[in-house]
Amino acid sequence: MAYSYKLIEAKTLTTTTASITFSSIPQTYTDLLVLISARGDAGGQRDCYISFNGSTSNFSNRYMEMSNSLVASGTTARYIGAVSGTTTTANIFSNGAIYIPNYTSSQYKSFSGDYVAENNAQSTQVLTLSAQLWSNTAAITSIGFAPSSGSFIQYSTFYLYGINKS
Amino acid sequence: MAAGMTYFPIATATTSGSISTTTFSSISGAYTDLVLIVNGGASTAVNMQIQFNGDTGTNYSRTALTLDNLTAVSSRQSSVAYTRLEDGGYLSTTFPAKNSIINIMNYSNTTTYKTAIGRANNAGTGLDAAVGLWRSTSAINSITVYIASGNFTNGTTLTLYGIAAA
Repeated sequence: MAYSYKLIEAKTLTTTTASITFSSIPQTYTDLLVLISARGDAGGQRDCYISFNGSTSNFSNRYMEMSNSLVASGTTARYIGAVSGTTTTANIFSNGAIYIPNYTSSQYKSFSGDYVAENNAQSTQVLTLSAQLWSNTAAITSIGFAPSSGSFIQYSTFYLYGINKS
Repeated sequence: MAAGMTYFPIATATTSGSISTTTFSSISGAYTDLVLIVNGGASTAVNMQIQFNGDTGTNYSRTALTLDNLTAVSSRQSSVAYTRLEDGGYLSTTFPAKNSIINIMNYSNTTTYKTAIGRANNAGTGLDAAVGLWRSTSAINSITVYIASGNFTNGTTLTLYGIAAA
């Protein structure tokens, strides 16, 4: 019986970093999963954006989120959720799970995003569910994440897993 | 991951021809939980429905939190002949814009009813976070995934994984 869920790469930041990239992703898996624990150095929460193959083009999405107890929705290309910032309770890191099926296919890439920025207060917390599409037929060979302003801080982690159906 | 790898591919189907139904049969009871990943489209806009062990009786229910285009809604069905974990993130003619991640917990026990949790996404139509219930204490040994109208787009992938107790 073959194992199918393998860690490709783990990144644990040792210093403040403006963006992270998983590059040279092996093309031997079926799906990819990225698990994120991240906090930023900006004054408040900042949008977290994804990119593939160094490209920020041809992304679209629909997202639904609960922000400060209110339900909202929208379409903001590449947006996956809110990164906790300095106004969030100390030591709270936002968390995300990005699932990318069939990342090597020659079709467009549909992927799923779940992201949460919790806070020990009645404000500045966001839960984001998103349906994402990258309208590009290239196989995904790199994945990047960056906050809309500021940087990810030390101890933020980004884990990339490969899942194989065979 | 090291010794903790417990994610196994059970079966995969890639649709070809006029296919509206896919059944995973003879599912081993050797795992703890199941995960079904779907990525693709259909010849018409349609929801994907699920039955277990060939049961077509009205033994299912479902509850969903949905983003329908850009409107957040909730829905509920009880005593229906299938469970459905999508209303917004459904199959569409845009291929392969739809993806679903469905977790089926404790599927092989013979004491409790069976619950599935799903996330469905389509960046062009919406998304869902939903739960389905099958009121049966039987171990799940087959899963039928079908659409009530049209066919899956050729190349739609459905992959079933088993998660084993560590």
